[in-house]
Amino acid sequence: MIATNEKSLAKYAESENHLFMPVVARIKSVVQLTALEKVFTIQLPQGMSLDHRPGQFVEVSMLGTGEAPISISSSPSRSNGTFELCVRKVGDVTQAIHRLQPGDMLGVRGPFGHGFPYEKFRGKDILFAPGGLGLAPLRSLINQVLDERALYGRVIILYGARNPSELLFKDELELWSKREDVELMVTVDRGDESWKGHTGVITTLFRDVSVNPRNTIAITCGPPVMYKFVLMELQGKGILEGNIYLSLERKMKCGIGKCGHCQINNVYACQSGPVFSYRDIKGMEEAL
Amino acid sequence: MNLAIINKQDVPVFVRNLLKVYRVAGPVETDGHFAFKTIRDPADLRLDYPTTILPPKKFLLPQKETLFEFDNAQEFQIKPPRPEPRTVLLGVHTCDLHAIRLLDKVFDAGHSDPNYNNRRRQTLIVSVECLSPCDEHSFCKSMGTLSADEGYDLHFTDIGDSYAIDVGTSSGQKLLDHAPVRKATPDDIQKLNSILSEKWPRFPYRLDFDVSDLPSLLSMSMQSPLWNELGERCLACASCTNVCPTCFCFDVSDEIGFDMKQGRRTRVWDSCQLDEFATVAGGHNFRKSRALRQRHRFMRKGKYILETHQFLGCVGCGRCARACLVDITPVKVFNELYHKKEVGGQP
Repeated sequence: MIATNEKSLAKYAESENHLFMPVVARIKSVVQLTALEKVFTIQLPQGMSLDHRPGQFVEVSMLGTGEAPISISSSPSRSNGTFELCVRKVGDVTQAIHRLQPGDMLGVRGPFGHGFPYEKFRGKDILFAPGGLGLAPLRSLINQVLDERALYGRVIILYGARNPSELLFKDELELWSKREDVELMVTVDRGDESWKGHTGVITTLFRDVSVNPRNTIAITCGPPVMYKFVLMELQGKGILEGNIYLSLERKMKCGIGKCGHCQINNVYACQSGPVFSYRDIKGMEEAL
Repeated sequence: MNLAIINKQDVPVFVRNLLKVYRVAGPVETDGHFAFKTIRDPADLRLDYPTTILPPKKFLLPQKETLFEFDNAQEFQIKPPRPEPRTVLLGVHTCDLHAIRLLDKVFDAGHSDPNYNNRRRQTLIVSVECLSPCDEHSFCKSMGTLSADEGYDLHFTDIGDSYAIDVGTSSGQKLLDHAPVRKATPDDIQKLNSILSEKWPRFPYRLDFDVSDLPSLLSMSMQSPLWNELGERCLACASCTNVCPTCFCFDVSDEIGFDMKQGRRTRVWDSCQLDEFATVAGGHNFRKSRALRQRHRFMRKGKYILETHQFLGCVGCGRCARACLVDITPVKVFNELYHKKEVGGQP
């Protein structure tokens, strides 16, 4: 069932008229990040590439259990024939994914949606504000930007998690904190005995950051409750609505703008999103 | 207009001939109601039916269908669904015909849906002109669906002892090879014209405003107190969306045998009125209240779908009004928003 020429997964599905049929991919490696989150490195069949943009997602199939939309966590710049998904164990499908070992198979459809228009961000300062699992999709863009670092201005990352044990990608946080061209600040809502860093919700980090609002792109992703407060901080700094990007979580059953679960007013988040500029969704009821 | 005539007594011959080549579905009487069913005996077909419980949509988008079959014993083997039989849908009313045109647009737009389109390509539609209102719930005339000039392969109009058949497509023309028809005479055409012009006054307008104002009325209505009133009454039973000819939202779920190996992925009709429709795995529900879900439903019908697909999402068939246990109906909702706006300036 697999084409032999180098072909993107999306083009394959479209050309074979198999939009609902996943391609069988293999787990290359598994890394446990926290009690609930693992990172899976996934290899598509020979000759097939994901060709994704940061901010896009895939539908992951566990045959017999179902499908779940998962954002792509690796950057296109580091694809190397594989991609990474950071999966939180929270439903039936993700629990089944968590049981997978290297060499095991899973189904993949996608990539779906629009990613971040990062080519437009070049020359600008970028402020990333991920909360909790929101780091998973933003990591794709962060690493893309870091791999072409010279094309951007400042890179500021303000990351909040509930507690130290829920911090994701600690190795990378360590690397980023050592880079002189990355301004990283991390906070946790509640610390523990060993925590020596900043304590407080993500918005408390904004106090210590000054930005040039006319030259800054802000990108945020996190639990729904977070957006209102982060948006207030970003707008308080004068960052323009059109320069604020959010990645919105929704239930997504098909990924192709039909099933209706991800609909926000007249917009299908799986097609027009999940990345939106704040300007585009500001007047939209139910978006935030 | 390419017009043919078939005597009513010859319709069963036509159906019998079709049955040799096609799966044939049409309205049949069942327990005092009418339903679209696969026809085995041509005598069962009732082209004079008022309305059906479910629309003919189910032959294009079944309540449950297989997206693919799988076998986990065979290293993730995946097989596409079996091909659909060639089907003739008989007796489709024009409201449902408009709904099918919308579904065609929805499932072809952007990423074309392979399952729907495969089935649609195998389906021929023979519609029927309505000559009197099916009951007090229909409001097709207000929604502009009381007639249709496209979307059908053949279109039947009852002209007394016979049906006048308007040929809509070349596939429809070929279908007539199976029918004992004759050419229309000037007398037939005269009869057809007078029947068609006499039918319109029999149908009432039930919206108190012109339907072209519906999208702008709804645009003003996002904050209307009416949604909360509906939310208080709504039982979230999803009957309205289950009987709707234009609802197309679906859930996707897997079924697996007791051996945990062989199974299938299905898609099943879903409803935006159900509590968990917009709930993500972490538990957050983006339309938690019944008020928000009813608002979403009516906004889709009169505004969102139009904005995305250039067709109104309601065809005025009245099925949801018949099905609702607490009398939430499009006519009452749209009229009430209109009158609130007329009286108070705000819907």
